[in-house]
Amino acid sequence: MNMDIQNFIIKIEGEFEDLKPGLLKPDSKFRDAFDWNSINALILIALIKTEYNVTLTANDLIKSKTIKDIYTIVETRFQK
Amino acid sequence: MALFSIPGVSIAGIAAAVPKHVEYNRDYSWISEKERESLIKNIGVESRHVAKKGVTTSDLCFAASNQLLDNLNWKRDEIELLIFVSQSRDYLVPTTACILQDRLGLPHSCLAFDIGLGCSGYIYGLSTAAGMMQQGSIRKALLMVGDISTTTTTYRDKSTYPLFGDAGTVTALEYNRDASPMSFNLQTDGSGYKALIIQDGGIRNIITKKSFDVRKYSKGIHRNRLNLELDGIEVFNFSLREVVPNIKALLQYTNVNLEGIDYLVFHQANRLINETLRKMLKMEPGKVPYSLREYGNTSGASVPLTMVTQLRDQLIQGKLNLLLSAFGVGLSWGSALIGTERIICPPVMEI
Repeated sequence: MNMDIQNFIIKIEGEFEDLKPGLLKPDSKFRDAFDWNSINALILIALIKTEYNVTLTANDLIKSKTIKDIYTIVETRFQK
Repeated sequence: MALFSIPGVSIAGIAAAVPKHVEYNRDYSWISEKERESLIKNIGVESRHVAKKGVTTSDLCFAASNQLLDNLNWKRDEIELLIFVSQSRDYLVPTTACILQDRLGLPHSCLAFDIGLGCSGYIYGLSTAAGMMQQGSIRKALLMVGDISTTTTTYRDKSTYPLFGDAGTVTALEYNRDASPMSFNLQTDGSGYKALIIQDGGIRNIITKKSFDVRKYSKGIHRNRLNLELDGIEVFNFSLREVVPNIKALLQYTNVNLEGIDYLVFHQANRLINETLRKMLKMEPGKVPYSLREYGNTSGASVPLTMVTQLRDQLIQGKLNLLLSAFGVGLSWGSALIGTERIICPPVMEI
């Protein structure tokens, strides 16, 4: 599987019902893009673990602002 | 590695008791309606059985034990081992198992002790009891596992209050030379001990007036130092990292594959964790039962409670190969491969 941010966004949009397809962009701030809470954090972590086998920590989320920030972490840790 | 098999011990019966009083997460008005919906859907808990103040885990285990002993037709003076696995004991001193020995009318020849584990407790308790029984001197044992978690959670902490329910269980074990072996893989990582913790009230942080001061930690999370503290992301990542390799190592050790398993019974952590683990193992949903929706996360009781409430007919009528997997507070985790054959399993009691 190749890493690609568009594909990453489609996967996130598929997981969160609140998100209307096409609205999420790489520079979207994920805390504003949808109702951000601890359950949504777990959903995102579960998605990234099952799709990319990458573990996202609480610290990763604290340090990240945009979708691209998270994508960069996943891309760095993803093993093809 | 703590990978081992124990021959000669079988499960004769399992019973469970929960408090009658039920709370519904749809009524949990500390959080918004939208958040409640998301909680019920993703964390997977609709209702929880909550003990009245003063009702203990041992009360629930006592009721379940009386019911099971009557159904088994076991004589009380035949029972030589009682293990009580819990993190909610009756008193700081003495051990709850001693109180239960007397209350149940078990003989003085019965050895009794507590094990202080939570989520992983059933697997640890089963391995300890079976290990003590395998050479045949102790022929009948009771393993009681449960927790009252709702006295240490607080309404104003959304990370714990809507998750936990109360339950007590008992498993009757007997020496049986023809029993198929039980196999275990038990693990520990104490570096994560803060992921689930009650800070004060033990010897490390002796209780003071300050222990009762309520602090706000984040939105919707207010608690004092005597309340249970849960680091959701830490527990989540721990579970996703450790559980699948633990199960795979047990399967490899026993030379069993997942197709040979009738049911995989997980500790009922939360729906997101359990469904992610199920998908990682590629197990079909029908083979992975849940008691979470109705009873919440019942700590160490969750594996036997799920067996009693979701697999009762199958346990009574047939022969099953079960894979059990439990993980959490400690951090402590383990899996077990056990066979059951037409065991005694009365319906869950509400007291």
